Amino acid sequence: MFGLLTLQAFLHGPIETGGQLAVVLGVLAVLGLITYFKRWKWLFGEWITSLDAKKIGIMYIILSIVMLLRGFSDALLLRGQQAVAVGAGSGYLAPDHFAQIFTAHGVIMIFFVAMPFMFGFLNLIVPLQIGARDVAYPFLNSVSFWLTAAGAMLINLSLVIGQFAATGWLAYPPLSELQYSPGVGVDYYIWALQIAGIGTLLSGINFLVTIIKMRAPGMKLMRMPIFVWTALGSMSLVVFAFPILTATLAMLSLDRYLGMHFFTTNLGGNAMLYVNLIWAWGHPEVYILVLPCFGIFSEIVPVFSQKRLFGYVSMVIATMSIVFLSFMVWAHHFFTMGAGADVNAFFGIMTAVISIPTGVKIFNWLFTMFRGRIIFTTPMLWFMGFLVTFTIGGMAGVLLSIPGADFQLHNSLFLVAHFHTMIIGGVLFNFFAGFTYWFPKVFGFKLNERLGTWAFWLWITGFSTAFIPLYVLGIMGATRRLDYVDPLSGWHILFVVAAIGACIIGLAILCQVAQVVVSIRQRNQNRVGNDPWNGRTLEWALPSPPPVYNFAVIPHVRGRDAFWMQKEAAAKGHAPKEPVYEDIEMPKNSLVGFFIAGFSFAFGFGMIWHIWWLAALGIAAIVVTIIARSFNEDIEYTITAAEVAATEHRLSHKTV
Amino acid sequence: MKRNYIAIAFLVITMVFAVLFALLQNYTFSVFDPKGLIATEERGLIIHAVLLMLIVVIPVFILAFTIAWRYRASNTKATYTPNWENSPMEELIWWAVPFEIILVLGALTWSSTHSLDPRKPLALSGTPLVVQVVALDWKWLFIYPSLGIASVNQVDFPVDRPVTFEITADAPMNSFWIPQLGGQIYAMTGMVTELHLAASQTGTYAGASANYSGDGFAQMQFTASALSENDFNSWAAKVKQSNQALTAGEYAALAETGTTTPKVYASVADNLYNTIVMQFMRQPSVGAMDH
Repeated sequence: MFGLLTLQAFLHGPIETGGQLAVVLGVLAVLGLITYFKRWKWLFGEWITSLDAKKIGIMYIILSIVMLLRGFSDALLLRGQQAVAVGAGSGYLAPDHFAQIFTAHGVIMIFFVAMPFMFGFLNLIVPLQIGARDVAYPFLNSVSFWLTAAGAMLINLSLVIGQFAATGWLAYPPLSELQYSPGVGVDYYIWALQIAGIGTLLSGINFLVTIIKMRAPGMKLMRMPIFVWTALGSMSLVVFAFPILTATLAMLSLDRYLGMHFFTTNLGGNAMLYVNLIWAWGHPEVYILVLPCFGIFSEIVPVFSQKRLFGYVSMVIATMSIVFLSFMVWAHHFFTMGAGADVNAFFGIMTAVISIPTGVKIFNWLFTMFRGRIIFTTPMLWFMGFLVTFTIGGMAGVLLSIPGADFQLHNSLFLVAHFHTMIIGGVLFNFFAGFTYWFPKVFGFKLNERLGTWAFWLWITGFSTAFIPLYVLGIMGATRRLDYVDPLSGWHILFVVAAIGACIIGLAILCQVAQVVVSIRQRNQNRVGNDPWNGRTLEWALPSPPPVYNFAVIPHVRGRDAFWMQKEAAAKGHAPKEPVYEDIEMPKNSLVGFFIAGFSFAFGFGMIWHIWWLAALGIAAIVVTIIARSFNEDIEYTITAAEVAATEHRLSHKTV
Repeated sequence: MKRNYIAIAFLVITMVFAVLFALLQNYTFSVFDPKGLIATEERGLIIHAVLLMLIVVIPVFILAFTIAWRYRASNTKATYTPNWENSPMEELIWWAVPFEIILVLGALTWSSTHSLDPRKPLALSGTPLVVQVVALDWKWLFIYPSLGIASVNQVDFPVDRPVTFEITADAPMNSFWIPQLGGQIYAMTGMVTELHLAASQTGTYAGASANYSGDGFAQMQFTASALSENDFNSWAAKVKQSNQALTAGEYAALAETGTTTPKVYASVADNLYNTIVMQFMRQPSVGAMDH
């Protein structure tokens, strides 16, 4: 009846029970609060069923922040273990549990923190910047979000029932095969990523079509804001790369479920095939994350330098060449797998070539600031922090791209320090900058700058304290993923310093939580109008927050920095035309996306625990729901011209 | 106010470094403290590449902080050109500068990758000593085919003589790494990777698995000892006289999951290494090797 699921799956050691209780109590607390404040109807009516890209964007970012807290708790546990497990001490984590935590940390930070944060920005900003009322497929958008959320919930469920993969975040076989990982951990990994991955792929298609087909009249490709260009690049990568992930994980599950031999040690299986395939997805994945981040800074730097972006055409060429090159470098993740010198040298050189367009971007930002009037708000501080960390991380990256040097640095803590520098400095700092920059547009009030500045400096200090020691440890020959430190190696003190760094980052995160709480409490003092930063792109032409239909009248775009041109025209005395409103069709709310994700969750759970009837029921329910939805033609509603006029009147007379 | 933060941050970081260097003086910075031909070349490569990159990186840092300081909003004396948005000459320069650096780096990558190819025999005199390496769950087995002996978690060889490691696994993927002698290479089932190393100084160097392979991974360490020719010969002779034999049965026991302390074997079952590599080509139920 319940497959492999027995009571045993609920019983854990003391530390794991802590995690288990945290999840259960957290969920109960959230459910309790919603019931206490009688918010169920509001939650379903306004949020869960919403097809409004702006609301889906907010939900993506909330998911990302919740998972960031989980992923960061994992990081603290790991740093703590490595700081105390030395000599006679074996620390507080059993080896298997330690491995589950570092696996979960990586998977969560990439798939359920960085990806949802990026999709949050895409949902919130792309339609506004291209002058669209919605994304191309609003319903699909809801399905994508809920599938991502279902994947995240499966990972969290592994804390309560059973265990997670203990293989490292890419689950290299043969370790991830049944032979070496007989438990359900790897199955949690497979199905959480499969479900979330399909959501990502659908989102990629959605935004690709949105950017190509939904631009306002006059917004030619070469007039799009750089953020939209980078989103276009990133989504093209999603569309090409994510099917590889799906196929690779499917082959791994065929090995595990049906006894096939794609990657097993015997009968012709070949683990090297998996390593190639997973990085053929994995390397573009890095650029899927980092490209929109470059886009965010390409918006922020001109606005706060009060100057046009320098070298727009160079930026576009650089972005698209990164898109192209990112598919040509995957083998640099395994120079040590025994490929010949010609192959290794080719992939090494291609990797170094990527640093050319990346360098050009950095120069363009610097020359945007050159002869500007730079206002150092927190988004600009994050930019400066990014510039320093990203350049240092990039240098480490170029080193790793030289096979001869990589032989000495690969799989060491030097590598770990490198990619954390890139992902924290290059992705997370961008997100924080974008979060502060666009927050007033989304919620109508600014974030507290003082706490934001504190958070920035704590992050910089904590980050340096946590990761500089790891570079040194790598040079000292320390490998990654050690749950025990040999006292004679001399590494212990550096692990302690790194743990202190992680605690400082913890303080930085507390500061950011406080920043949001304080800003919400003081929101009435910090309300802003349409354009708090003197922005240049179309989102700043709209009320903050924008109405559900975004643009009452679709704008005509005459050049780059479309909103800036409107403002210049207005300053020259060209009064904007009196708007003529028309009826607007918007998608109706729908619960179907939420249900599809729920059924996927049930399917995934059934597969993980070999509860076949549940898996079959789940898949059947998905198919039936999709067919039923396709017969529903009553999916839009009309906002009449009069209603639009009334809303616009109300919004434009709102006091600031 | 802001400058205070910067000062504090710098102070903290400097102090951390000062304390660390004081504490770390007695320990080995393995990658930068090479004891062999390959590791020395690899260190040189790392240093050259870093210097080359600094040609771009230092100007970028100087530029970044000068521009940020000079064009701050409060400095109204600085030139302000809000609509200046491109300059073909300047853009050409910063496509060209990184391009040229990468051209040089590319040449360095090409030549160093070929000269440091792990398969390439060393340009040292003397017949290489062949050591067959098997990564097991979670220990390293070293077989000396020319001497008919074997050891676990310790590998000894003569100084200044090339050593050819032939590496495979009877376990999940591992990575064979002796940082002071040279870079790593993966150990995989059913395959043999090759690594040519030589020590230029006698001494005992740390070796490790660098690729996570399960619960006992942190204990999967070994020592690599470079001995004088005489010391090596007497070590080998001593091993020959020890009482343990690495029979097929003994190997099967050794290959069981678990960690172990260093061991030596006076003899090795015929063709053992080849059997370990080839076992994965057959049906899973055949042979004593499978577990």
